[in-house]
Amino acid sequence: MNVSGKQPSCDLSCDLMIIGTGMAGMAAAFFAVRQGIDTIQVGLTGEIGFASGLIDLLGVHPVVQGTPVDDPWEGIVRLCRDEPHHPYARLDIETIRTAFQTLLDFFETSGYPHAVPQRGNQRIVTPVGTLKTTYAVPHTMQAGAWALDRQAPCLLVDFDGLKGYSAHQIAAGLADRWPVLKPVRLVFPGGRGELYVEHMARALDAPAVRQQLADAIRPHLGGVAAVGLPAVLGMYRTREVQADLQSGLGLPVFEIPTMVPGVAGLRLRELFEQRLPPMGVRPLFQHRVLAVRRSKDGGMAFTIAPEDAPRRVKARAAVLCTGRFFGKGLQADRGGIRETLFGLPVAQPKDRASWHHKDLLDLQGHPINRAGVGVDADFRPVDAKGRPVHDNLFAAGSILAHQDWIRQKCGSGLAIATAYGAVRAAARFLQKLY
Amino acid sequence: MQTQVLIIGAGVTGTGLARDLALRGLSVVVVEKRDINAGASGGNHGLLHSGARYIASDPAAAAECHIENQRLKQLAPHCIENTGGLFVAVAGDDERYIADFPQMCRRCHIPVRQVDPKEAREMEPTLSDTLIAAYLVDDATVDPFKLSLDNMADARRHGAVLRRHCRVTGFQMAQSRIRRTTIIDEVTGRSETIDADVVVNAAGAWAGVVAGLAGATIEMRYSKGSLLVTQSRLCERVVNRLRMPTDGDILVPGGTVSILGTTSVRVDSPDVIYPEVHEVDTIIDQGAAMIPQLAVTRYIRAYCGVRPLLGADDPQTSEDDDDRAVSRGFALIDHARQPGAPSNLITISGGKLTTYRLMAEKTADLVCSRLGVTARCRTDVTALPDTVDARWTEPGLAPNVWLRQKAPDDMLLCECEMVSQSVVDEIVAGLQALDGRPDLKAIGLRSRIGKGPCQGTFCSQRLAAYLYDRGHLQGADGLVQLRLFLRERWRGQQPLLWDMNLAQAELLEAMHCGLFGLELEKSP
Repeated sequence: MNVSGKQPSCDLSCDLMIIGTGMAGMAAAFFAVRQGIDTIQVGLTGEIGFASGLIDLLGVHPVVQGTPVDDPWEGIVRLCRDEPHHPYARLDIETIRTAFQTLLDFFETSGYPHAVPQRGNQRIVTPVGTLKTTYAVPHTMQAGAWALDRQAPCLLVDFDGLKGYSAHQIAAGLADRWPVLKPVRLVFPGGRGELYVEHMARALDAPAVRQQLADAIRPHLGGVAAVGLPAVLGMYRTREVQADLQSGLGLPVFEIPTMVPGVAGLRLRELFEQRLPPMGVRPLFQHRVLAVRRSKDGGMAFTIAPEDAPRRVKARAAVLCTGRFFGKGLQADRGGIRETLFGLPVAQPKDRASWHHKDLLDLQGHPINRAGVGVDADFRPVDAKGRPVHDNLFAAGSILAHQDWIRQKCGSGLAIATAYGAVRAAARFLQKLY
Repeated sequence: MQTQVLIIGAGVTGTGLARDLALRGLSVVVVEKRDINAGASGGNHGLLHSGARYIASDPAAAAECHIENQRLKQLAPHCIENTGGLFVAVAGDDERYIADFPQMCRRCHIPVRQVDPKEAREMEPTLSDTLIAAYLVDDATVDPFKLSLDNMADARRHGAVLRRHCRVTGFQMAQSRIRRTTIIDEVTGRSETIDADVVVNAAGAWAGVVAGLAGATIEMRYSKGSLLVTQSRLCERVVNRLRMPTDGDILVPGGTVSILGTTSVRVDSPDVIYPEVHEVDTIIDQGAAMIPQLAVTRYIRAYCGVRPLLGADDPQTSEDDDDRAVSRGFALIDHARQPGAPSNLITISGGKLTTYRLMAEKTADLVCSRLGVTARCRTDVTALPDTVDARWTEPGLAPNVWLRQKAPDDMLLCECEMVSQSVVDEIVAGLQALDGRPDLKAIGLRSRIGKGPCQGTFCSQRLAAYLYDRGHLQGADGLVQLRLFLRERWRGQQPLLWDMNLAQAELLEAMHCGLFGLELEKSP
């Protein structure tokens, strides 16, 4: 397909095309190059910036009761038994563990380690003063879970000019669950007027700024065992920022997530964007797939934006990680939901009236959240009869049907595990070709 | 508490009546179970009818509408945009109705001018090219929130008292009179009593429920109407379909947006109502016949209200399944004439937003005759003051003021509608002067916060955090209010979730449920 009338230029080709740059796309690209697969990744990199940075595996099951899951591994086994169509159920638990551990090792060697609890899920504080059940957290947030667990008295710091984040609100909201929180508002070093978390994090990458921050916090430390800050402790040098603040204050320091898009998601974006290309991923970031067609040999030919100078990329196989409605992998009109790139069949409720509950917060979760692309055991999208649509097309992440990552609190786990599964199947397919 | 007149309900009728009585020098208390305009007064088109819509179904109400239309344009111009209105017919519409239209208007003393369909399309380029007839009338738009807030503010300036979130739970009788009214404060849970000489039931769709508590009966029907708000304004004028009223017939400008409606669906109770998906589809499909762009435009929000219709026992209309033939005239019921009903209870119900002032006048006349007060009505000659209470409901005002002042510390809490901290401070101060209880929904009612494309995704928590910082929220109140605020916004989003709105809603749910886990908190 020729979109703008101009001939696509600069033909590229690869074995595996990863479409999407959210957590699933990034993880898939990582798993693919790690296996030595010749990989191109395409997509607009904005989406992963909306990630919370918390690696949820499974936080709630069953959703209808809102039951928190203590041990996510044991919880996933129960989930797969109760919901055999859930994407997790396409993998065995050891494979999910391997996928998860492999990615966490990558984060660690990339300088952004995550803390995994000894047993079960952990709970961390949110900016509205609730507690969130999650699994692995960035090292910058680890001491928060520790302090909450011990009910340690903490100083909660916020800043003049940072909207939507109030230490008073957090302390007030948690008064019956963590009553020893002391809120304080400070002026961010050099900060006048409105503050943005990304700018603050980049500012703290400079040693002099964190020195000033420590000096501002120090007078308020009386009687506390740790210090909680909004998630701004550096963009690239989080370990140094945290270590400096901790030694400057003589206390553990931890981050509390902010509203999205938050710094923790931006750090993941930066990490993947910087680390994947040297590993061998050929990125076409800030590009969008405009169209795709099958070539005679069974491969796929993608036309890639920009529209005024489109490029063509040929691939032997592809992993579709385009996300849901926010990521534009799915699109809905009044009549129904469609998959935007391949026109794949979408499992969905029978009509629009049954997409959502009348109450946003209905515990059952909205039926539309479980709509998406159905896949077989090899993560190949299937038609209504369960047959794969293409033998060389795989899908991963939130576009998959029969899951509700928002309510089940399994977004990152789902992205990582299914990306692993899809890439593994794609590798098997490619091996057969050679 | 003691007062001459207790008014139940702070919709446009209750607040208008409070002003009328206060201007006549009477002592007045208004109790409202939720907040100003919580019912039909906050769930309508905001259309100041010329009356032309009712010429066939109710000529008397049509004529009444027109007189009040002219009067309000004189007396409350700051609440009104004098847009003018068009009645248009498209191919296939009833030609007889079209031909009779000007004569029927003139019979009700409603000015009307025929315009060529081509000329009409020059005036309103979004109109369908299948137009076969067009007439100009003097419809206009009115901000119903500003109207009620200004009425109440002026009433308060003349001594009236408003109690929000106070629900009437019962009446104590003596000698077949209401001696004492019991209310419960829904926020604090405390009960109180009010002794009033006359009690006026202006509870709108809940008038039957209130009358029932006093042992009086009113036959009522509830007709739900749903409306849609477009992201941008599509027409300069009010556009009506030139036919017997049915679904999706009217497009009304509302500042920077347009409002399309409505439906008429009989419901059993006015309490829990939602705009439904099938209503949305009907409204869009019908509206698109007049203005094709309505089929593809983005809608920001849906809402609905319940029309309180009296006269369910009228055999002529009881078989009418969509209730559109039920009179839009109002009913002033003097319960003293009903056997077994309290002699000092008056109900005012039905009617139109456009005729609210007249309804208040007639009610106040009856109240005064009961109390032996001779002061005459002044709302027909005294302009409605433009007060600060209602200032920030105006679309576009908050951004203008913010851009002009450029105060570096005055940050925007709502970026879609550009509502800044100083605007919130002013509204909070007003609420504190009223009853000391600022809350997220009340601030939303008195400003444009949460009304833009994000529908509260970001501004809800920014507002909550800000209120904590200013000491206006304590304990877990903010969490409860956040949930209530988001639920209220959702009511209007839920039937419109496709395309961009669905993507926006996914982000909202991802943040508020995925990250904050609000759905797992105990219900308020």
